[in-house]
Order: sequence, then structure tokens, then C-alpha cells
Amino acid sequence: MAASSAPSRWGLRILGLGYVAILLLAPLVLIFYKTFEEGISPPLEAITSPDGLHALKLTLIMVAIAVPLNTVFGIGCALLLVRHRMRGSAIIDAIINLPFAISPVVIGLSLFLLYGTTGWFEPGLSEAGIKVLFSVPGMVLASIFVSLPFVVRETVPVLQEIGTEQEQAAQTLGANAWQTFWRVTLPAIRWGVAYGVVLTTARVLGEFGAVSVVSGSISGQTQTLPLFVAKQYENFNLPGAFGASVLLALLALSTLLAMNFLKRKEDA
Amino acid sequence: MEAATVSRRSTPRAGLRLPGVGVGRGLVVLYLSILVLLPLAALTDQSLSQGLGHFWEQVTQPQALRSLKLTLIASTIVVLINATFGTIIAWLLVRDQFPGKSVVNAVIDLPFALPTIVASLILIQLWGSKSPVGINIALTQTAVVVALLFVTLPFVVRAVQPLLIEMDREMEEAAASLGAGGWTIFRRVIFPNLLPGIGAGIALAFARALGEFGSVLLFAGGLPDTQVSSVFIRQQIESGNDTGAAAVSVVLLLASLLCLAIVGLIQTWSGRHERSGGQIVPMPIDKDEH
Repeated sequence: MAASSAPSRWGLRILGLGYVAILLLAPLVLIFYKTFEEGISPPLEAITSPDGLHALKLTLIMVAIAVPLNTVFGIGCALLLVRHRMRGSAIIDAIINLPFAISPVVIGLSLFLLYGTTGWFEPGLSEAGIKVLFSVPGMVLASIFVSLPFVVRETVPVLQEIGTEQEQAAQTLGANAWQTFWRVTLPAIRWGVAYGVVLTTARVLGEFGAVSVVSGSISGQTQTLPLFVAKQYENFNLPGAFGASVLLALLALSTLLAMNFLKRKEDA
Repeated sequence: MEAATVSRRSTPRAGLRLPGVGVGRGLVVLYLSILVLLPLAALTDQSLSQGLGHFWEQVTQPQALRSLKLTLIASTIVVLINATFGTIIAWLLVRDQFPGKSVVNAVIDLPFALPTIVASLILIQLWGSKSPVGINIALTQTAVVVALLFVTLPFVVRAVQPLLIEMDREMEEAAASLGAGGWTIFRRVIFPNLLPGIGAGIALAFARALGEFGSVLLFAGGLPDTQVSSVFIRQQIESGNDTGAAAVSVVLLLASLLCLAIVGLIQTWSGRHERSGGQIVPMPIDKDEH
């Protein structure tokens, strides 16, 4: 990587940027083109069909439940890991990373086995009339599982960076722990937390593998947008698959913008 | 992945102490146990429900082995390619100046943000039977590789970038003044410094590639010779072979754990780099060197 010589610099540029262009950008641009090739109405109709709207609604429900839960857990857990040394910190830290490394299908299967007809909670669950699999609760559990680490992982380094001086000062001045948290700690870590929330939301919006195993993907009932995309594609309804894909791709692009914005805030 | 840093950094000192630390710890452990550990325990239990012999039979049945083999080989090829291009891209983003650099930097995280099923769909449009460039690799093993290249691109870039930013340029200047050429400087000075990042990025990308499902599903399909392990597991679930699905899952799970352990080791070794050497989550870096 000779920084000085012009030919090798150009060679690296062509290689690196060409790779990004062909691998990432070309397919993305093509899907936008193909979706709107025959105007905006075919994809729009597909998304605003009853099944499409239901999928959108269910996806938003997943976000509305999984994101707040994992945010509260994430902040609390990061505080414990950074500010309170305790036995087992390293183990908790390792467990939190598990969802990043486990295949979504394996996560789905684990929930499937735990809550299924031969699972550990049977026949208790059915007797209580609670349906976890092939219904919303199972999909929520899957969404929480896959998106669990993001807020913790983004908050831990920020907490380490801000140190404890301001918190100590607040406490010396008589603030109690809750006041210190709300007035000093949380404002200092807010951009890091927000960054984690954005990543959590993106993951929940887009989760496919884990949710597909536990949901059964029943149209109009247990279908989130990603499952809707797959179903429409399998049924050869391409405008439907493209329309929902473009909607998800736009959400992904907004995620990138939000990440960029928050990173600048955090660095500032 | 900050196990080492966390335990070292969190030596008891004054600072924010929430009331009821014991309660807090209890809640954290409970949350993790119910949501993460319990399902994984059920998975392991099911895989061994008919004894170790049956477990082994399920893992070594021809199609299971075939899918594991494809998964391993494809993942290996993919991480090697992305290690190379990832290092080049990281170098361009840190050391080079070109118009649109910040856009490229942001776009690198696209695979993290884009739902995997959408990735599969867009790849099949470009490289499928209706390919505008006339290249049709859909439903082949090459499609597996391309899909995995797509989803794992950010890992090495994001792991190497912070190391390059932190790297002392004086070393390179010293090497140059001693007469080293560009390639020698890269090989003897830059590369060894980037190695922890490349290694951690490879391990994370490998873990991701081993378990990838959505992006492979539509593009490579579930034919006997394009079936990666996650797709195989899915098919076993659908055909009612829970124990077989669980057995192969446990094998994948162990492989992923190994990858995480390697990342942990690399981070412990490379020590002080707190925010570098393999972020599991994307961390765009905007810092300009000049």
C-alpha cells in the first residue's frame, strides 16, 4: 500500500471502490429501478393491500415492544457492568454477545423447542390458554433475542469514557442515585444509547430467520414485512415483494443516516 | 467482547451507584436467563434427547455433512476475500482523499442495516435469471459465496479502520527514510499493526457467515448442493425432524462460540485498544487524517 506512488493508489481505489459499487450499490440501485419501472402504483398497491398493511402493523408492534425493553435492559446492564464490579461480570458480558454469533434459524428453533408442543412449558401453557408459537408472543421473543446486545454494546464504551468525576461531584452536592442518573449520567451517554436504539430498531424491523421459524408466516396474521417479502416472492407476486423490499431498504437507508448523525454527535 | 476491559475498568470506585445493585443484578440475570439461556438449554436438551449416538448420527448423515461442509468452505472463502478488500477499503477511508468518501463510509454499514431477505432479493435481481448484465449465478454455490460476501463486508473494514486511524505514521516515515519501498512498508510495518483488527474482523465475519440464513435463502435456494446449514436446519424443522435440526444447530452454536472466544482472545492480547480490534456492532469512523 504505497501511499506515495500514484499508480498503486489508483489501483487500490479502483479495487476498493469498485468492490463496494458492484457488491453493495449495484443491486440496491437496481431494485429501486425495477420497483418503479412501471410507475409507483403497483408497489404501492401491494404494500397497501390488507396483508401488506397488516405486515407493516405487526412489524411496528415488534419494534414497539422489543426496542423499549432492550433499551431499558441495555442501559441497566451497561451500568452494572461498568460501574459495579460483580462476580460473573465476564460471564454476563459473554452471554450478551451470544445473539450476535448464533444463527437466526438456531434462535428460532430454540424458541420453537422451548415453547412447542413437546417443550418444557407444556402442557402448562396450553392449559392456561397461552399461545406462544405461531402467534405474536413468540415473534416478540425472537425479536428481543436477536436485538438484545446492541444497546449494551454501544453504552458500555461511552460509560467508560465519561468516567465518574461528574457523578461523584453530583453526589457530593447531595444528589441521590436516581437524580445523578437522570441529570448527569443519562445526558452524558444519550448519543451512545440512541445509536444502540437505532441499531436495535433496524434489526427488529429486518429480522427474518428467527421470526420465520416461530411465526409460521400466516398471511394477515403472523407476517412481518420481511416475511411478507419472502411470501410474495415465493408466490411470484414480484411487485409486492419489490414494494415491501423498497420500503425496508428506505428504512435501512434512514438507519444509515441516523447512525452517521449520532456518531457525529457522539464524537463532538 | 469487552469482557477483559470491563472487568479491568470496573474496579470499585465511587461513582453512580444505583440503589439495589443486588436487585439490578438479579433482574439482568433473570432477563438473560429467560430470553437467551432457557431457549438454548431447550435446544441442547432436544439435540441429546435420544442419546449421544443419535446426535452423532444426525450430524453425520450425508445431507447434514454436505451442508456443514458447504457452510465451512464458503465461509472460509468469503472471509479471506473480505479480509483483503476490507483492509483495502479501510485504508482508502482513512488514508486516501476522494470525493464522496463520507458516503462510501456510510454505505459500508448497509449490510448491517438492510434486512437479509431484502439482500437476497436484490442480489437475485442483479445476478439471477433476469440479470441485466447477463450473469446468472442464482441457485448455485457461487450465489452462497456472493450472498455471504454481501452480509459480511463491514466486519473487517470496521475492525481495521480504528487501528489505521490510531497508527503512528512516524513508523512508516522512519521505514521510508531507511529506504523501504511501499510494499515493504506495508508488509513489515503497516500489516503487523493491523493484524489484530483483521483477525478479529475475520472471526466476527466467520461467525456471521456460519449462521447466515435470509440472504442465502432466495438467492442460493435449498437445493441439495446449495444448502447451507441454516437452510438445512430450516428444512429439518419443516419435515418434523426436531432432533436432527437441534443436533446440527448445536454444532453451529459451538462453532460460533469458538469464533467469539477467538475475538475475545485477540482483544485481550491487543489490550489497550478499547474501541478497536473487532467491533461486533458497526462503528462508523468519520475522523479525517488531515
